[in-house]
Amino acid sequence: MRFDVQVETRPRAGIADPEGSTIERSLPALGFEGITDVRVGKSFRFHVDADDEASATALVEDVCARFLTNPVIEDSTITVTEGSTV
Amino acid sequence: MAARIGVVLFPGSNCEHDAVEAIRTLGGDAEVLWHGDDDLRGVDGVIVPGGFAHGDYLRPGAIARFSPVMQAVQSFAADGGPVVGICNGFQVLTEAGMLPGALQKNAGLKFLCRMATLRVETTDSVLTSGTEPGAELRVPVNHFEGNYTCDDETLAMLRSEDRVVVRYVENVNGSVDGIAGVCNEGRNVVGLMPHPERACDDLLGSSDGAPLLRSLLESAAKAAV
Repeated sequence: MRFDVQVETRPRAGIADPEGSTIERSLPALGFEGITDVRVGKSFRFHVDADDEASATALVEDVCARFLTNPVIEDSTITVTEGSTV
Repeated sequence: MAARIGVVLFPGSNCEHDAVEAIRTLGGDAEVLWHGDDDLRGVDGVIVPGGFAHGDYLRPGAIARFSPVMQAVQSFAADGGPVVGICNGFQVLTEAGMLPGALQKNAGLKFLCRMATLRVETTDSVLTSGTEPGAELRVPVNHFEGNYTCDDETLAMLRSEDRVVVRYVENVNGSVDGIAGVCNEGRNVVGLMPHPERACDDLLGSSDGAPLLRSLLESAAKAAV
């Protein structure tokens, strides 16, 4: 079976995010008020062929832990859905 | 016989020749090691140089750590061989888990290219064994992601085990505790963001990097015996 995977990575809570805070500081200058806690991350999309959703998820978790994130500074969220053709 | 230093070349490295030149200027022997090779050709010490290995894609050092040569560097280090990672090389060593912590974007999101003053915090490492404790050295920095970070537990461990090798006298990039370089438990693996290889000749504005690389050469010569 083919699964659509989306992985989102972002700086861990407590880790400074200079990119996020720079964006946050510039918002009032553009007239946007009330926006706080800006965090900047990355998004990865790919397909996984696996027998079932559990094994697809296990594979993606392993890829995430060993490659897509640096666990010292980043967290990730994994979304696995049964494949569409997109 | 002069110690022989291998300088690892990844696609995107750009300081390998500076490192080779500096080592030769200091009386050592140096050669470039290809990232796709899985042996170190019998060198006595290794420098993982600066640059943008694999374009810094994903994260600096994230892809380089899987190179065949890095497996060889890890075994070499595990046997006590001296390994120094400079700038991008420091990032590679942290990604490879050979050094604790990580390097994130500089505070203020500024790419830094300037002279920095470092203080030697311990002389018990392969990079500082020939320096004076507390010595202040002028060595250039040239990086965007040199802001050293680690969790509180790791920081406490680094302090209590005297593993902060060099600190910035003025914290240029927001690094936790002003850390510019750290070493591993065995003190034979050191990573630092500043570039000692670019400060080995007065014509370059400073020769304060020389005692650091000379320490590496001496450590390598000892390891070779």
